[in-house]
Amino acid sequence: MDFNLTSEQELLRNSVREFAEGEIAPKVEELDRREEFSYDLTKKMGEMGFFGITVDPKYGGQGMDHLSYIILVEELARIDGSQAATVAAENSLGIGPIYKFGNEKQKKKYLPDLCSGKKLWGFGLTEPEAGSDAAATKTTAEFKNGKWVINGSKIFITNGATEITAGATVQAATGKRSDGRKELSCILVEAGVKGFTKRAMKNKMVWRSSNTAELYFDNVEVPEDHILGNRDEGFHQMLDTLDSGRLSIAAMGLGGAQGAFELGMKYAKERKQFGKPISTYQANAFKLADCATEIEAARILLYKACWLKDQDKPYSKEAAMAKLYCSEVMYRVVNHAVQLHGGYGLMQEYKIERFYRDQKLLEIGEGTSEIQRIVISRAIGCYDV
Amino acid sequence: MKIGVLLKQVPDTETKIKIRADGKGVEEGEIKWVINPYDEYAVEEALRLKEKAGGEVVIVSAGPARATEAIRQALAMGADRGIRIDTTGIEQDPYTTAVMLAGAAKNESFEIIFAGKQAVDDDCAQVLIGVAEKLGWPHVTPVEKFALSGKTATLQRPVAGGTKEMIEADLPVVVGCEKGLNEPRYASLPGIMKAKSKPVAELKASELLGTERARINVTKYSLPPERRAGKIIPGEPEAAAAELVRLLREEAKVI
Repeated sequence: MDFNLTSEQELLRNSVREFAEGEIAPKVEELDRREEFSYDLTKKMGEMGFFGITVDPKYGGQGMDHLSYIILVEELARIDGSQAATVAAENSLGIGPIYKFGNEKQKKKYLPDLCSGKKLWGFGLTEPEAGSDAAATKTTAEFKNGKWVINGSKIFITNGATEITAGATVQAATGKRSDGRKELSCILVEAGVKGFTKRAMKNKMVWRSSNTAELYFDNVEVPEDHILGNRDEGFHQMLDTLDSGRLSIAAMGLGGAQGAFELGMKYAKERKQFGKPISTYQANAFKLADCATEIEAARILLYKACWLKDQDKPYSKEAAMAKLYCSEVMYRVVNHAVQLHGGYGLMQEYKIERFYRDQKLLEIGEGTSEIQRIVISRAIGCYDV
Repeated sequence: MKIGVLLKQVPDTETKIKIRADGKGVEEGEIKWVINPYDEYAVEEALRLKEKAGGEVVIVSAGPARATEAIRQALAMGADRGIRIDTTGIEQDPYTTAVMLAGAAKNESFEIIFAGKQAVDDDCAQVLIGVAEKLGWPHVTPVEKFALSGKTATLQRPVAGGTKEMIEADLPVVVGCEKGLNEPRYASLPGIMKAKSKPVAELKASELLGTERARINVTKYSLPPERRAGKIIPGEPEAAAAELVRLLREEAKVI
């Protein structure tokens, strides 16, 4: 077994860490407080090549492996969940489906601007009444006079309503299959088309400087060739996209746990009570030892899932395990880290409060922890009796 | 324009240094290695000059195999190629390092060389001066502003009391880079991928050194003594002041 990262992966980690500490860290508190999406940081992240990491350079991507992508998200999340979310959602959900399932014309049209970060793209799956039950989608696309006519709405769409959002991949029911189930297809809908409105969702508890949107479709007409891949492939495309997306949410859990651990550790070594740094009391030292151990285990689980993907081996089960475990590790770590901060941990002035809030999304987004347990329990054969 | 950059890989300043049991060096096991921060200004200034004047930026470093990582990072920032002088088994001091780097620079016929004003590990600040001497070039250090017009460089140095010294130097020249000269860029992801295919040549230290040998023999390293806790003198100002004077005189023996 070789646990060494390649020289490029090491360089990437160092460079992203320097960028996150130098460019993002000084701005996050203010952005979080104002619940503001930063176009400036998005532009800088685009210049750094943070979008389209695993995409072929001929479409403007960086041509890196999946583990490199995961290390990037991990390092961003160590500093700020919101910027990590912008990058993770864009790579996995915005760019990912177009790159994997789009035809040559669609890839050439959309990917260069998305990979440079000049434009963003949303992935419209979740609906007000279709969350974990993603196939319950009510949005419809009817084929009329050579065009798709879309009606319905989407919710919680990351990067869906920025000024630079160029559009969204929208899952819609396009008919009925012979087995009576809905025929689901994904359609590329460009911003600015008549009847398509997007609205940023406000007053969030988490990821306050990332963009989360509601999308509305009122008789939106798009050309026939805007379908992604083929008709009736939507459900499969969505499952595949979520498998890959889970790795990036896991990376946010891992990076967030690492960041929270470092904050807790630093504070515990500085804070003195009863004449000694509180890190030297075993009650606290053991907490920190548990955190370090769990983070190490989480990292190995996630990196292994990435390795499987990079080797083109099945990784769906491991991705679900990594997503479940990393997000729950962050839950435990950040909980300990706030406890170590005592009263100060409850104040906005101390960064740990933001980590505490941002963590919660990870157990909900891109498949709740419960859904991950369904995926895993199916994969290990619990129901095959 | 052919631009050289002298680069040293040093322990990250946050690394906790441990002295080796024989006292002749530091334990390298847990050290995180980075580009000497002042050398990053040198890389950046070289890249900016290349962007204006065209040409090539070549990174030269004398060190063991791990130094290649630091060279790769500079290549990922945008430098064109690297040269590592393999120093395995060589007694390295500022003198031999300068001889080796100057030897490599001579082969390359650089028109200008940028280097950090000093390395943050041993803080000798000798190497760039030695390289200039061996090449027969002038050097200016520490430099906080740099401009080139034709073959003449205008350089600004800080002098005591906030005064600035402006110097003109005809190329070739060795420039010692100071903090504030520029803001070094981050290595971008495309930069990292491009660096993969950029060449790093290896030279043998013994061939560049010939009969030259180190002139400094380090006998022992030791960590600074731990700072003792301060003392608070209680009481009324007059009595406390008297006590302070007594302690400075009798205990600390400084007055």
